Amino acid sequence: MTSWQNNRAARDARIAAGAGLARGKVVEAHDVTRLLEAVVRPGDRVCLEGDNQKQADLLSRALLAVDLSKVNDLHMVQSGVVLPEHLDLFDRGVAKRLDYAYSGPQSARIARMLFGGKIELGAVHTYLELFARYFIDLTPHVALIAAVSADREGNLYTGPNTEDTPTVVEATAFKDGVVIAQVNEIVDTVPRVDIPADRVHFIVKADKPFFVEPLFTRDPAAITEGQILTAMLAIKGVYAPYRVQRLNHGIGFSTAAIELLLPTFGERLGLKGTIATHFALNPHPALIPAIESGWVRQIHSFGSEVGMDDYIRARSDIYFTGPDGSLRSNRAFCQTAGLYACDMFIGSTLQIDLQGNSSTVTTSRIAGFGGAPNMGADARGRRHPSEPWLKAGAEADPDGSALMRRGRKLVVQIGETFGDKNVPLFVEKLDAIELAEKLKLDLAPVMIYGDDVTHIVTEEGVANLLLCRTAQEREQAIRGVAGYTDVGRRRDHGMVSRLRERGVIRRPEDLGINPLDADRSLLAARSIKDLVHWSGGLYAPPSKFRNW
Amino acid sequence: MEDLNFQHQVRARAGGTRQSAIVGVVASGNLEVLVERSLPDAECAVDIKTAAVGFGAVWSAVIGDFVERYSPGGLKFSINDGGARPDTVSLRLAQAVRLIAEAGQ
Repeated sequence: MTSWQNNRAARDARIAAGAGLARGKVVEAHDVTRLLEAVVRPGDRVCLEGDNQKQADLLSRALLAVDLSKVNDLHMVQSGVVLPEHLDLFDRGVAKRLDYAYSGPQSARIARMLFGGKIELGAVHTYLELFARYFIDLTPHVALIAAVSADREGNLYTGPNTEDTPTVVEATAFKDGVVIAQVNEIVDTVPRVDIPADRVHFIVKADKPFFVEPLFTRDPAAITEGQILTAMLAIKGVYAPYRVQRLNHGIGFSTAAIELLLPTFGERLGLKGTIATHFALNPHPALIPAIESGWVRQIHSFGSEVGMDDYIRARSDIYFTGPDGSLRSNRAFCQTAGLYACDMFIGSTLQIDLQGNSSTVTTSRIAGFGGAPNMGADARGRRHPSEPWLKAGAEADPDGSALMRRGRKLVVQIGETFGDKNVPLFVEKLDAIELAEKLKLDLAPVMIYGDDVTHIVTEEGVANLLLCRTAQEREQAIRGVAGYTDVGRRRDHGMVSRLRERGVIRRPEDLGINPLDADRSLLAARSIKDLVHWSGGLYAPPSKFRNW
Repeated sequence: MEDLNFQHQVRARAGGTRQSAIVGVVASGNLEVLVERSLPDAECAVDIKTAAVGFGAVWSAVIGDFVERYSPGGLKFSINDGGARPDTVSLRLAQAVRLIAEAGQ
């Protein structure tokens, strides 16, 4: 007779195999490797929670130590490949295949291992894309997750870094998978229930709190005058004319400069209340002065940021918070918000080519995509109108019927023409193409496709690609803001000046920007200490950002 | 160290009455620009002392664009460069011409 509940039976057998090591659901830290040997089967799809911030580090180490005769050839399906242990799994043979989204700190090593054939790569995804596949063809058999605390029944409190956990648990627990959580402490009552107990099968108390990194803190002291000029161009050349209220910022210094110019330069332009009111954004400390000055109405976050907990708790009108008062973040929902409910994405990149394609891949580093392609893409399924979206759509297609014309999301690439170590931002050919050829990938890893990019902002000016009518115009509009890079110097001067007359390219003087204003005194905060003052002492920066 | 000199004929005299101005700092990746109103109205000169050798062509392009954009007639610029990027040089020159165009000494 056909059985239709094989997977449930298999899940129950796994749980029964692990139960001998547990008291209720609680397993001692020194027994975790044995628990994993009992529960995980060779070839399983395993999600080892590696978020942007929160890392299941104890479970990573425990998995790395398994007996290879019991656990091997795993297929890792996780958003972040962030800890060295995540890659050690492949070196040791515990894991074989990888589908992931982001590998920031491990980007150089992951590139070497891909070239060396140590990792069988499925694909590099965006966050939303990988989450989507958790529910279709990459559903985990076992999820190894991290939370702040658990009660004895297994209810979990994730703290402000909820991030990917609800998504991972949803896909695993409701499709006959096993969920194992590491927690910093076991308590009688959790401050709030982020994950209900009936979705959690085992809990382990870690010997030390899970690892969290301050990824979104930009020290205002490091912001240059060139970045300030570029930020002024963005505010006056893009935010103001489109009246962009709903947006997402990248994590670079250029957007940090914008955040710090809102209460000064933005205020002087009379833009308060008309731009930058609603964000899909991590709790960036650089946004504190704008929040305190009454610019920002609401922020939904992918995850939290180190040192921001007390500030967020005290500003619950701005942030999403739980009944316990602390931030509730959620990466999948915030990515969806960025894709569908924001009118603009603005962020920096490492390379932009002549069609406006951009990539953060270099031949020796594969950083993955994270969320930028979702933020920086026109959502073809969007149906609600808004002023910036309709205006951008009209610029791209001035002759189309207003009732039938799609709007366009503003996708803005911002940066200085020369980046770190004087590496040019603009290139004739992306390194990503060479990498794809070397690794025999079907697709080059492009962060944002040129046809989604609407504006490029550098210290030389703003290029509005929506107004370009031919590929040649587009190329010259890009060259026309590429400064003294080789790409910029090979511009057609006649065509660039005609594009400037049409307003496709706008220089600082075209926008009435005084270069003398490009001064650090224009920043609302010029140091981390200033941010602490703005926050009324609520922001507690991590020690690496303190010099007092 | 390298010394570079550029002379340009320009369309118009720079605005303002100020006789001299100074912007920027001598530091790594930065530069100091002294600008003086000391030349005939149709002339502009730029003298550069730079720590980075071999960038004459980029300097020539940066100075050429600057003169075209701002028409700084009558001005002599003396640049003390600590290896600034071209975008920083452009910004400092724009700041210098703007500062001397203000009213004052």
